Amino acid sequence: MTLLVSLEHVSVEFNQHRVLHDISLRLRSGEIMTILGPNGAGKSTLIRVILGLLSPTTGTITHAPNLSIGYVPQKISINPTLPITVKRFMQLYRPAQDKEIIKQLTRVNAERLLNKSMQQLSGGEMQRVLLAQALQKEPQLLVLDEPTQGVDVKGQLVLYDLIEQARHHFNCGIIMVSHDLHLVMAKTDHVLCLNHHICCSGSPENVANHPEFISLFGQVGTNQLALYKHHHNHEHPFHDNIVLNNMDHKHD
Amino acid sequence: MIELMLPSWLAGMLITIVSGPLGSFVIWRRMSYFGDTLSHASLLGVAFSFLFHTTPFYAVLLLIILFAIGLNWLESKKQLPVDTLLGILAHSALSLGLVVISLMDNIRIDLMGYLFGDLLSITYQDVIHIFIGVILISTILLYQWRSFLFITISEELAFVDGINIKTTKMILTLLLAITIGLAMKFVGALIITALLIIPAATAKYYAKTPEKMAMLAILFGMLAINGGLLFSIYYNTPTGPSVVVTSTLIFVITLMIRRQ
Repeated sequence: MTLLVSLEHVSVEFNQHRVLHDISLRLRSGEIMTILGPNGAGKSTLIRVILGLLSPTTGTITHAPNLSIGYVPQKISINPTLPITVKRFMQLYRPAQDKEIIKQLTRVNAERLLNKSMQQLSGGEMQRVLLAQALQKEPQLLVLDEPTQGVDVKGQLVLYDLIEQARHHFNCGIIMVSHDLHLVMAKTDHVLCLNHHICCSGSPENVANHPEFISLFGQVGTNQLALYKHHHNHEHPFHDNIVLNNMDHKHD
Repeated sequence: MIELMLPSWLAGMLITIVSGPLGSFVIWRRMSYFGDTLSHASLLGVAFSFLFHTTPFYAVLLLIILFAIGLNWLESKKQLPVDTLLGILAHSALSLGLVVISLMDNIRIDLMGYLFGDLLSITYQDVIHIFIGVILISTILLYQWRSFLFITISEELAFVDGINIKTTKMILTLLLAITIGLAMKFVGALIITALLIIPAATAKYYAKTPEKMAMLAILFGMLAINGGLLFSIYYNTPTGPSVVVTSTLIFVITLMIRRQ
């Protein structure tokens, strides 16, 4: 389990306005960390810091040497005047043959989208294509910023399964922002509850009972976690993720 | 007749090779006002060249590059909305250029030529300048194409992929600035942007990939220049507007064909 990324006492300020305060976190390969938090809590800012797009005002961030990062943004808006197919989009990373690209797209059940225009994709299709392009470089670290925004419930389940598969396939570490507590929790090792500072963090079970979590998300959030527990037919031993190689994690 | 129009024709054809792809980027990245500002600034370059007795070509190029760098810097400061900023700079540069030129009463300049392009003023010396410029720009364009395209589609994804966003943007801006500097004498300071965006906008209707759009933009640009030059010669109309009118005509015809 290599340490992929670590943040030590990271703070970010915009015009004297403190967006992130004293954030420390560590992510190792094979782990999934889910970031939760209300709107404007600084979740996307934290993602930008982790990606290196934004330098922290104070504190340090360390990436493992030669870390390859795959990133799935919330959404991308491509100018409608820019003609681009899914195939050409996938080729941005490096020139590749059709066969190679179809293989990459098949991984996320999107092979039939090959010649479709990027601007015509539905929310779910777009997210799958974005996931495919993030997985293209066989990332050690996969970062997802609300990957299921604008995706219907069925599509959300599919996406989370795909993300879970990616973890086993590449043994990559995953950091994602998500609001879909009931879907995410079962697969998450760490939950980080963010509201400018880290309110609470730990395993889903611990976080669900934390008073700060309950005060942030109220009964709805706690119920969603309770729901998750109800469906849970096994316990997660620590770092079980390297032992498991199939999808027996799957809930229904 | 042929000898008279050959330098202009050559200049036009050469410029189109780079104005097609760069024009596509101007559309994709919504930079048309940016292009306007740079081209208006080129008149200020002409004014300075007379003031300091230098060749207009180099003065225009130098000033436009300085302007591009300055604009890039101002944009990153985020003090004013970009379109406001560009509006102020475009028109003040143009006005300052005109004021400076009219203050120098010992020199007579064909202002119309600089504003709207002058067919007969293009010399073989200019063609050589343009040739060198086009070779330089197209080499960088080919070499950087993937990066330019990537930052246009998503800056964040491009960054994660290891592309230096600031540098890439700067290079693209500079290529655009140099192209405008090269095209200034041919189409004139006021309407260079039209030469950049109309062929690219026409190409958009036929292209499925960005590369095809850029290639078609070159083709439509060449068509417009041929048509515009012929018109300009036969009816003694200013070059720039004739090319732009032809270009627009092609655009409208394309639009009507697509509608059917």
